[in-house]
Amino acid sequence: MEQKLKEHIDPALEERLRSLIDERIDAKLAARIEKHPSRKKKLAVIVSKGTLEAAYPPLILATTAVALDMEAALFFTFFGLHILKKGSAESLRFVPLGNPATPMPMPNIISALPGMTALATLMMKKTIASKQIVSVPELLDLARESGVKLWPCQMTMDMMGIERKELIEGLSDPVGAATFLSYAADADITLFI
Amino acid sequence: MSTEIKADKVLDCKGMKCPMPILKTKLALESLQVGQVLEMIATDKGSKPDMAAFAEQTGHTLISMKEADGIYTYFIRKTK
Repeated sequence: MEQKLKEHIDPALEERLRSLIDERIDAKLAARIEKHPSRKKKLAVIVSKGTLEAAYPPLILATTAVALDMEAALFFTFFGLHILKKGSAESLRFVPLGNPATPMPMPNIISALPGMTALATLMMKKTIASKQIVSVPELLDLARESGVKLWPCQMTMDMMGIERKELIEGLSDPVGAATFLSYAADADITLFI
Repeated sequence: MSTEIKADKVLDCKGMKCPMPILKTKLALESLQVGQVLEMIATDKGSKPDMAAFAEQTGHTLISMKEADGIYTYFIRKTK
């Protein structure tokens, strides 16, 4: 039946029909897209560590995500919450102990000596400044200014006895695992750092 | 054919490292009108792939990218 029909349709007519159908679909689709604008892509990150080098990736990714027209949320849990304490972002430390990839590798017995963490942190901060790399406090300010959602973990606050007033301004209210999961369930990128 | 593109705003990101050139570009574009062109100058090698990714994600048009003596010059048109 279909075969018979095909034989009878003028190829030019068929071509015209096809292009009309395509045009119609395009128009309908455009109208539908306009009615339901696409939602922004979302980045969800769990920040679990409170060292100098661990604070960088989540803050760089979140601020860049916003620059790329995405939404971003950071959930600060366990030692990651330390970053949000007043004065902490300025005094995060780089711990060389047990880190074989440190710029100046040394035996653990040396890295374990008193003052080695402070020395390594000082050197790391000097390098960061001399290479014109943005600091953690600056990144944190950029994150707050650009609307990155910064969630303190309520359970960590309870566990470590940290009060809301000990945390910096401009944060979202403390939340639990369910809030993060609810956001992450709808996120396009989810990371644990 | 004239290859000169006229920029409505120039943003100097020389010396800056990731993620600052991208963040500054985003902010600079916000201050422009749709259709206007931003010229961004950077020395960060990573800005080359990153500006392409920025344009792809945001929909702004990366009109041109030039590289000379470690200086990267981008022309980007605001599209929305």
